[in-house]
Amino acid sequence: MELTNENVLGKIISEFGEENIQDPYNPDGIMTITTNRETIHDLIKYLRDDKELQISFLTTMCGIHYPGQGDKEMCVMYQLHSLRHNYRIRLKVYRPASDPVLPTMTDLYATANWMEREAFDFYGFIFTGHPNLTRILNIEEMEYHPMLKQYPLEDQTREDKINTFFGR
Amino acid sequence: MATENKTAELTEIEQFRKDHGLSIKEERPLTTLNLGPTHPATHGIFQNILQMDGEVIVDAVPTIGYIHRAFEKIAERRPFYQITPLTDRMNYCSSPINNMGYHMTVEKLLGITVPKRAQYIRVIMMELARISDHLICNSILGVDSGAFTGFLYVMQEREHIYDIYEEVCGARLTTNMGRIGGMERDLSPKALHLIDEFLKRFPKVWAEFEKMLTRNRIFIDRTVGVGAISAERALSYGFTGPNLRATGVDYDVRVMNPYSSYDDFEFEIPVGSKGDTYDRYLVRNEEVWQSLKIIEQAYKNLPEGSYHADAPHYYLPPKQKVYTSMEALIYHFKIVMGEIEAPVGEVYHSVEGGNGELGFYLISDGGRTPYRLHFRRPCFIYYQSYTELIKGGQLADAILTLSSLNVIAGELDA
Repeated sequence: MELTNENVLGKIISEFGEENIQDPYNPDGIMTITTNRETIHDLIKYLRDDKELQISFLTTMCGIHYPGQGDKEMCVMYQLHSLRHNYRIRLKVYRPASDPVLPTMTDLYATANWMEREAFDFYGFIFTGHPNLTRILNIEEMEYHPMLKQYPLEDQTREDKINTFFGR
Repeated sequence: MATENKTAELTEIEQFRKDHGLSIKEERPLTTLNLGPTHPATHGIFQNILQMDGEVIVDAVPTIGYIHRAFEKIAERRPFYQITPLTDRMNYCSSPINNMGYHMTVEKLLGITVPKRAQYIRVIMMELARISDHLICNSILGVDSGAFTGFLYVMQEREHIYDIYEEVCGARLTTNMGRIGGMERDLSPKALHLIDEFLKRFPKVWAEFEKMLTRNRIFIDRTVGVGAISAERALSYGFTGPNLRATGVDYDVRVMNPYSSYDDFEFEIPVGSKGDTYDRYLVRNEEVWQSLKIIEQAYKNLPEGSYHADAPHYYLPPKQKVYTSMEALIYHFKIVMGEIEAPVGEVYHSVEGGNGELGFYLISDGGRTPYRLHFRRPCFIYYQSYTELIKGGQLADAILTLSSLNVIAGELDA
């Protein structure tokens, strides 16, 4: 079976129901679907283990921050790849900033370990069940998650740089 | 009964000793060894806190982030053309691949089609970069197993590759090569001459280097079976590039999702079988020959035409025009001041970097800077398997495994 966006979407919806698979769109040839926290783990497991799909390579995942979006403020993007069929799919889960908790994927993919640590480090996502959810690239003493949009790029208290010289 | 009780009480360390044929009864304490952060044998800033039982590694805890420079955060504040220098500094052994990968991502977002000539020039530069990347990795592997001569010998060739970069873009290491929409200038006659010279000279050099290591008894003894990983584990760990191909999986972005006219060229994808250090060496070695083949084809069939796309909104006009034509002056000003707005969109583009699938995930909200730019850095993803690869092995093998994985600190930490 050749995988197309239509038949993959059909399969996923028949498996998980329309209420859990929302807003499919296709920004760049890679189908992007939105799901929820309760479904994401089962969905990724299903994509990996289904004999027809074999979407069993976690290419990348990252966090995205949309400030002021209420329940859709924090987003985690997973991008999966079926090496057998050369088919890519993108999954998104949105969470409110007050509850950025998701299940871990480390039991499905070993590579999810550091990817999730990175998402925790930079965005503050909590992955329940992660074996070692600590900061990975930033120093451990850091008290905030620096990729969130409310933190400006540079330390605003610095006085040794004059804005007019740097176009800020 | 008594022995059974004793087995049940084995601690983790005792079990490990038993599994690796070491005496369990011995009560010597484990030694903690700091490998790095600045160790001459690690070729970059990596720290591994090792628990050693004599020469055998029992456990390793990697610490990364020593040269983290927050590229993803910086990219959110910069106009698109100013992000290219950031990508240079990721895998600095093959900067042009990073540059081109980023340019192609933005071109995908903007919907620009690059002319054939520019695509071929890009292919030539990317394959040169791949050669210089693999050349460093394999020769360093020689250094770590005790053969220093080969390293210095091929290093000279890397300098010649850098001469070509210099002629094409003006820089050697962090190249900032090309622009969104093509190359910044055409290949000069001198650049063509240098490429031609390189194609004639390099095969001899590489054949000699290969002769020194490939069937070398000491090298084989040191590398076969060291740091091996199975294909399933490698896929689970997200391996791509030569390290994945050494395990026997023929995944190559250049073939699976061809970009920049890679489907025009004939080349083979070498694969290994065991996924150990020796296979990784062989795969890289063969890839250098394949890259040479690609450069030769691209050089011979270099199409005529423009070296950049016709995209005045995004591609800087020639300097003479800036002084003579109003339109060019306006575009020049707007581009340089970063006042160009990109359309709303979301793209992912990946290229075959020196170490594997180098992906760029770009979200644009219609502003002058990316809303979010995420780099899929192959080193970061496969370095987490390092602990698993070196456990139960010897310290000297851990060094070889690290250099055969070709972990580049810049790409690891971004």
